[in-house]
Amino acid sequence: MRGSLIIVLSFICGIIIGLFIFIPEFLRDDELSNFVLYGLMFFVGINIGADKNSWRIIKKVKLKIVLVPLSAIIGTLAGVSVISIFIRDITFRESLAIGSGFGYYSLSSIFISKIAGSVPGVVALLSNIMREVATLLMAPLFVRYFGKLAPIAAGGATSMDTTLPVITKFTGTEYAIIAVFSGTVLTILVPFLVTFILTAF
Amino acid sequence: MLTVILIMTSGILTGYLLRDQLWISRPVRILVTGLIYLLLFLLGITVGADEMIISNLDKIGIEALLLTIGAVTGSIIISWFTYIKFFRNNER
Repeated sequence: MRGSLIIVLSFICGIIIGLFIFIPEFLRDDELSNFVLYGLMFFVGINIGADKNSWRIIKKVKLKIVLVPLSAIIGTLAGVSVISIFIRDITFRESLAIGSGFGYYSLSSIFISKIAGSVPGVVALLSNIMREVATLLMAPLFVRYFGKLAPIAAGGATSMDTTLPVITKFTGTEYAIIAVFSGTVLTILVPFLVTFILTAF
Repeated sequence: MLTVILIMTSGILTGYLLRDQLWISRPVRILVTGLIYLLLFLLGITVGADEMIISNLDKIGIEALLLTIGAVTGSIIISWFTYIKFFRNNER
């Protein structure tokens, strides 16, 4: 929670500085932040590769558990596709990429702003923060009307950490492992899926 | 696209090879967090200096909200089918 607060704060600090202070050319240089981004990708990769826990969880589970992150992916992409008909500033492709953040707002918004520009980047940041907050607030409602997988799918990548306590509370401990699995798979997929959607074809 | 995949995969491979060096996970995590703060700060600067975004922030916020509603609604509906078809009967 403290981490997400700092993330939002560093973004807001940037906005305030950008609003009121003239920024020297080298700080706005895309080349510079591209290198920072590449560094970030590499270290995120190291984190994934060195995390014994996620490898163990992925090896242990039964095959049908794969259906849970798959449901989140299909549902999300179908949902944002419908919405993208009604909004003008975000293209269909960008909508799919924003949905593919699955609540992992820090990484997805950085990738999207770098590849597609800062308007879809900001929308990705806001939309994915809202996804996490919505899951935190409405998990019990989701369970009640749409079954125990609903908050896990809604939480997307966050169901392995920030929304896990709420999910476990309303679905029971046997669903905690499913939540961690689904969240882990989606977290690993986010950078690949976002880049793929924005650059392929 | 290719650059991203190459960098990520070489990162994952490096991490996998270093998985027994337990000391690396902490500094790497700190580095990742720091880089995320830095990049979002830089995104903030770009956004703050962009009058088009600032003057349309309300509209952008509503579009973000609509996309969230779409993403969450789609997810819970599809997972509902998955739950009924594959998971519910196995509960004790």
